[in-house]
Amino acid sequence: MTQANYNVTTAPLKIETVTSRVVHPHAGAINTFIGTVRELTKGKRTLYLEYEAYVPMAEKKLQQIGKEIQEQWPEARVAIDHRIGTLDITDIAVVIAVSTPHRADAYDASRYAIERIKEIVPIWKKEYWEDGEKWIGDQKEHVYYPTGRPEGLRDD
Amino acid sequence: MIKVLFFAGLAEKTGQRVVELDYCDLTVRDLKSKVIQQYPSIKQDLDGVMVAVNEEFVNADYKISSADEVAFIPPVSGG
Repeated sequence: MTQANYNVTTAPLKIETVTSRVVHPHAGAINTFIGTVRELTKGKRTLYLEYEAYVPMAEKKLQQIGKEIQEQWPEARVAIDHRIGTLDITDIAVVIAVSTPHRADAYDASRYAIERIKEIVPIWKKEYWEDGEKWIGDQKEHVYYPTGRPEGLRDD
Repeated sequence: MIKVLFFAGLAEKTGQRVVELDYCDLTVRDLKSKVIQQYPSIKQDLDGVMVAVNEEFVNADYKISSADEVAFIPPVSGG
């Protein structure tokens, strides 16, 4: 198991290996977000999902999210693992762990991380149903990015 | 040579994940038109994808050099 703080992997995710990477004596809170595969989306039954990633860039962008969090919450520690490949209903797709000295920041930073993942991390999800399959676009239901770049993109 | 990467629906439509194209010193915008000529079925998709060069997002005016790795990034849906 790699010790890197940001991983994209085909292996099943273990929550504790992610949270353990943000444990720190200065932390008073560790917030864990666990994203799981949902069976029903708008009434439609999903059989399973397939995730695909541009792995090296996805890991870099997860790392960038960690950096952005530390700019906003300097004492935060962040670890994120995202799984790819075939995932069944209830499987864990993503684990985000954030530790901070006080709880409010841990909640806020964790929320920030998952929203940014949905904007800038090159990972794609395909839903398989009984009667078909479809690559899912982003959450704002964009089919395209009109500017060619994601909204809220920062220049490093 | 430029290495071009297709993902998700783009990979399915082109039947390719990686192609090497013999261009250099052209903008992202120009590369898109060249790729559309070669793969007309992804014209609509390419109009609005994000583009990354060597794993960083770039604008349409970005000048691609030889040996760059260019990735067309459809709307992402991780998490």
